Amino acid sequence: MPQTLSPQYAIQAKNLSVYYGAFRAVKNITLSIEQRKVTAIIGPSGCGKSTVLRSFNRMNELTPSASIAGEILFMGQNIYAPEVDPVEVRRRVGMVFQKPNPFPKSIYENVAWGARLNGFRSGLGRPNMDEWVETCLRKAALWDEVKDKLQQSGLSLSGGQQQRLCIARAIAVKPEIILMDEPASALDPIATLKIEELMRELAEEYTIIVVTHNMQQAARVSDFTAFFSMDEDRAGALVEYGLTTQIFTTPKDSRTEGYITGRYG
Amino acid sequence: MSLRRRSRPGESLIQGFLFFCGAFSILTTVGIVYEIGKEALLFFGDPEVNGWKFFTGLKWQPQAGEFGILPLLNATLMTTFFAMLIALPLGLCVAVYLSEYASPRLRNWLKPALEILAGIPTVVYGYFALTFMTPLLRLLFGKDVVDIYNTASAGLVMGILILPLIASMGEDALSAVPRSLREAAYALGATRLETAVKVVLPAALSGLAAAFIVGVSRAVGETMIVALAAGAGPNFTFNPFKGAETMTGHIVRISGGDLSYDSIDYNSLFAIGMLLFFVTLSLNLISQQIVRRFREVYE
Repeated sequence: MPQTLSPQYAIQAKNLSVYYGAFRAVKNITLSIEQRKVTAIIGPSGCGKSTVLRSFNRMNELTPSASIAGEILFMGQNIYAPEVDPVEVRRRVGMVFQKPNPFPKSIYENVAWGARLNGFRSGLGRPNMDEWVETCLRKAALWDEVKDKLQQSGLSLSGGQQQRLCIARAIAVKPEIILMDEPASALDPIATLKIEELMRELAEEYTIIVVTHNMQQAARVSDFTAFFSMDEDRAGALVEYGLTTQIFTTPKDSRTEGYITGRYG
Repeated sequence: MSLRRRSRPGESLIQGFLFFCGAFSILTTVGIVYEIGKEALLFFGDPEVNGWKFFTGLKWQPQAGEFGILPLLNATLMTTFFAMLIALPLGLCVAVYLSEYASPRLRNWLKPALEILAGIPTVVYGYFALTFMTPLLRLLFGKDVVDIYNTASAGLVMGILILPLIASMGEDALSAVPRSLREAAYALGATRLETAVKVVLPAALSGLAAAFIVGVSRAVGETMIVALAAGAGPNFTFNPFKGAETMTGHIVRISGGDLSYDSIDYNSLFAIGMLLFFVTLSLNLISQQIVRRFREVYE
């Protein structure tokens, strides 16, 4: 590998631009995400936060017109290199979406499905599927609420529970990174708080990248914050990136300051 | 400015006209049911006819006073079976391809092309069965095994006729599955095939079942292909390579001949028609129920 990757980085974007057709939605993002930390991406609507997030696990290419320029390094490897299988990338970089989207299957099956898909085999010295489902649901702080109704449909849960089920489902395939695209924006404040606590806990084991337009949330949960904004030609660009405490107390860029103090955006 | 209500005579005129249009189609249906029912009642009321034997008899010989519907019903079920044997798997594959694999451009081109297949007159399909499918079957299985008129040939070609219907309804059902479910599957490292087969298909199951039932109902009611290619003679057989007459095929043949009005033969046609009507009606009701359930899944 020509690029050397400092081991503390989980993922690095280098001169990343994302296009939808001829429109450049995001331009020249260079960003290094620290391992086992929570990194928040904030910024006004339409500045390409979600687009950047979705390029980290190649979900963007499910949109027919999307294309990228630049590189994204994961484990020192450009995930957009021709020999890389997007399916493998997504197994290592999981995702939780804005709207809870459990499968119309049982709670148990929601968690077991991805694990089975990724070749989970129970056997000597390894947990069996029941134990693994329990482990994942415990990590997602959902086990106590659902342990007596594992065979019920995942859709029978409340919105906040559904979102934690989706987190359990993402954990079940043993990813290294979990991308979260405004995971609490469809939830009430109490459910939101639970998801935020969960993010902190999960950061001990996983790298969490969360897109949010809730600045208090970013301030509460993240270690690092990246502030995105739109430039003159409506393309999203990275304005400032650093420790969350620094971004929120002593922003270097006037646009960051304007956004976090609520003057625009 | 006055807030007084103004009279708008055009409005009520249009409303009346639209109501008439709606009522007209319903009244027509009622009229058809009444007419079929009246004649069918005359048939069942005839002293020569045994209602029990109508549903259980193995012979349909009006000349001999034998009115057993089973040979006709059996032929209908056999052609329907062969039709669905073709239409269901192929239609499903087309639906999955259109909804999960084809690019939007290709889909916009393929779907109308498929619908042309549904626009071909059924009499053409009938000749296609006689002049292509039957010779093909005879080539494959031998001339002494396959009759010129047989239910397999008619059924298979009917399957081609129904395929676009299944494909189109199936595609609708698959595209109705929210994009978020597909994204969830992809984000877990599922391949396209795994996503289609293990997430999208099960989620669309009730819509697909409805497509299947509408297809069956279409096959049961289809007339021209079976009249031309399935055989002309009520024949109780489970051999798909022998000729047998379906309910619709029988009605066509008899009503085409010189049949005296008000004879028992004549009335028997309405009894068959009545049964046909009930079969397709109940199939449609079942599919409506299934579709209704389907709508509620994600809300």
